Amino acid sequence: MSTATAAPQEHRSAETAYHIKAGTEGIALDIRDFNLWYGKSQALFDINMPVQKGLVTALIGPSGCGKSTLLRCLNRMNDLIDELRIAGEIRTAQFDIYGPGVDVIALRKRMGMVFQKPNPFAMSIFDNVVYPLRVDGIGNRAILEETCERALRAAALWDEVKDRLKDSALGLSGGQQQRLCIARGIASDPEVLLMDEPCSALDPIATAKIEDLIHQLSGHYTIVIVTHNMQQAARVSDNVGFMYLGRLIEYGDTDTVFVNPKLTQTSDYITGRFG
Amino acid sequence: MHDTPLQPARGAAAQAPATSGRRLLRLTADLSATGEPALWALGGALAFGVILIAGFLFMISLNGIVTFWPKPIERVELASGQVIAGEPTRAGRYRVGQDVLAKLSGEQRAMVQAQDGYADRTLYKTANFDLYGDDFRWVSDYERKNVTAPNDFYLFERQQWGTFVGRIKHLAIDGKPAAFDYRLMQREQSAARKRFAQIRQIERGDIGAVNYQLDQQRLAIRKAVLRHGEDSPQAKAVAARAQSRIAELNKTFAGLQERLKEIRAHDQRYKATLEEVGGRTVDLELSQIVRFYPANELSMIDKIGIYLSRWWEFLSSEPREANTQGGVLPAIFGTVAMTLLMVVFVAPFGVITALYLREYARQGRLTSIVRISVNNLAGVPSIVYGVFGLGFFAYTLGGGIDALFYPERLPNPTFGTGGVLWASLTLALLTVPVVIVATEEALAAVPRSMREGSLACGASKWQTIRNVVLPKALPGIMTGMILAMARGAGEVAPLMLVGVVKLAPALPVDGFFPFLHLERSFMHLGFHIFDVGFQSRNSEAGKPMVFVTTLLLLALIVAMNAGAIYIRNRLKRKYSGPQF
Ligand SMILES: Nc1ncnc2c1ncn2[C@@H]1O[C@H](COP(=O)(O)OP(=O)(O)OP(=O)(O)O)[C@@H](O)[C@H]1O
Ligand SMILES: [Mg+2]
Repeated sequence: MSTATAAPQEHRSAETAYHIKAGTEGIALDIRDFNLWYGKSQALFDINMPVQKGLVTALIGPSGCGKSTLLRCLNRMNDLIDELRIAGEIRTAQFDIYGPGVDVIALRKRMGMVFQKPNPFAMSIFDNVVYPLRVDGIGNRAILEETCERALRAAALWDEVKDRLKDSALGLSGGQQQRLCIARGIASDPEVLLMDEPCSALDPIATAKIEDLIHQLSGHYTIVIVTHNMQQAARVSDNVGFMYLGRLIEYGDTDTVFVNPKLTQTSDYITGRFG
Repeated sequence: MHDTPLQPARGAAAQAPATSGRRLLRLTADLSATGEPALWALGGALAFGVILIAGFLFMISLNGIVTFWPKPIERVELASGQVIAGEPTRAGRYRVGQDVLAKLSGEQRAMVQAQDGYADRTLYKTANFDLYGDDFRWVSDYERKNVTAPNDFYLFERQQWGTFVGRIKHLAIDGKPAAFDYRLMQREQSAARKRFAQIRQIERGDIGAVNYQLDQQRLAIRKAVLRHGEDSPQAKAVAARAQSRIAELNKTFAGLQERLKEIRAHDQRYKATLEEVGGRTVDLELSQIVRFYPANELSMIDKIGIYLSRWWEFLSSEPREANTQGGVLPAIFGTVAMTLLMVVFVAPFGVITALYLREYARQGRLTSIVRISVNNLAGVPSIVYGVFGLGFFAYTLGGGIDALFYPERLPNPTFGTGGVLWASLTLALLTVPVVIVATEEALAAVPRSMREGSLACGASKWQTIRNVVLPKALPGIMTGMILAMARGAGEVAPLMLVGVVKLAPALPVDGFFPFLHLERSFMHLGFHIFDVGFQSRNSEAGKPMVFVTTLLLLALIVAMNAGAIYIRNRLKRKYSGPQF
């Protein structure tokens, strides 16, 4: 069992079984002793999870275990929720995401996000894709057009929409909308891409395209993806974290976790015996 | 069990499990299951409402549509020996009073008694107000001896004194007597109307412009005096310049007067001598005749022509005869201008308020109180808004503006009295709760996922609202605007305090800088209805006008709403589509 450390030992939770290979480029996001409460009920317990740079990290676990909650903490999407309380820190190379004086807007600009349900805006396909650039104040038509094409090609949507970029995005099918949202997520070339079950609305072909995309993007982006599909997790991810009831149960190299998990809970879940 | 081929359904039911078979049978058999009482009550209530509204619209339309259709003229000989002529307007049955009955002859009394003391009567529009002192006359059946429809009776719509019913005795063309000839008279009348229009143009347009400029010069002098003092060199210079300009204008004025006199003198030479049914005659300049026609000799095409020309006059000209005749163009204009202006004020005000309340304000007790207050504002009687508008907008704000910017015109108020600006602001205040509530609802209906999508792209809150939330909420906001517009366009009570007048001297828009005169009072269709129906000298004469104006007001509101709905639907199509 490979136990080469990527994060200092003291930041590991005693409850979590770790087996992380040495990261190629170090840590992009270091989640340390992270706890989260929705009002009085605690949703995350003592999460310690180094997210390695340039790799694909998958979060798996039964429904309601806190995967989305954790993911949404990474770009502080949870700020919108009243009565949310957190403890612990999430460190990037430079700063703590929840530290004082953090520019949330700048933080989010560095992270693309794809949601569980497609959420295109009520505007044209083109405007949807270049939205992150527009809000960043980029108005140069050539740059926008080039970005739009690159992002749509990467999201495997270009061929379907290249003749109707001016049409409303809400006229697309659900799967197309989701790929549009992925294109939007990568349009501004973020450092980190957060994906919450991006394929749950897609057919197998589109899913395969998205997985291809994830493969291509890995190495360049740090990707955190939530998925319910074990095969998908096995196919696309380098690291996988298994969550259960708000705790990170097992975390590490995908091959190891899937082939040779430390804990029986993990293997039961992966093989479909519970969850 | 034997299944006959004629009863396949029964057979199928019988073969199905016993329970489902029984349920199927009961569903088809039990009438109470299909005629649920609640459903009937709901349907009945809806039908009742629809019938009420349809009946109301039907009555308005029917009365409004037939008003301009030319009616025949009847000549009636009465038992008393008197002869009258007029258009039969409406008929009805009434109970004859005892004192009247006592005065009747035996034969007439027998007629009334044969109908159990009731009699039928017809209302004739005898017109000729200048001769009779009344426009209408009721004629009971028992007084009527002989009714004819003479071909030589004409109906004249006059510029003054309303309609005239009678014969044409002879004409005076260019000062020389001429025998009556219909074609000749038509030709001369239309020439005379052109002269009349010319006179109007000089009186209103040219002389109006000169007067306006004279006024400006006088104001310039006062302004200079107020600013620099009576004896200052600046004021003297201004006064000198203005005086020379005034002298010039006065010369123009005299010239125009001269020209008017000429045209008038020429006009005097074209006259018609009319004779009412009793033999009295009236001399009338041809230019005073708006329209005339032989009421009993009209072909269908003639009637349609008259009908259309009356509608055209109604829609395109100014009122005459204390608003009971002529057109309502200034009122149409005033209504539309005020409503649009109101929308211009209420849209940003309501939307910004709702945005702050929903998106920025901390949701708590204070916002709840504000929200409840806003909702309650919608229930305040509209006249209260009128009082507020007069007191605050016109007297306080307007008075302030006058003191600051128009001191030379005081004590005559400019903005310090009712006007189209204050009226539309008052209505904006009246309708703002509707817009706020609708906008808040529309904002709340924007899915949270869309906002999150935008925020996740690194958009600020304002960018999110601007680019994502507002466009998505726009159709809902438009619905609020439509409701507000419908309410505002139909509101009359507060307007009577803040700027609506019976007869506006000038439209709020004209050729003089700044073209849009927001301080001017204006006419309004709703007030027009009130004025014609209840404030005119003869409500019977105004009645047709009331119906046509009501019809027009309804049509106008429908048209404005249809326009807004069209825009909203286009927005909806643009911003939404099949979700999956
Ligand atoms: N806004 C919220 N307010 C209160 N509780 C919440 C909120 N969002 C999530 N929770 C709770 O937090 C827990 C974790 O939710 P989360 O959405 O992270 O689960 P998940 O692992 O993403 O589930 P799924 O796989 O079904 O998406 C759940 O018990 C949920 O009820
Ligand atoms: Mg989730």
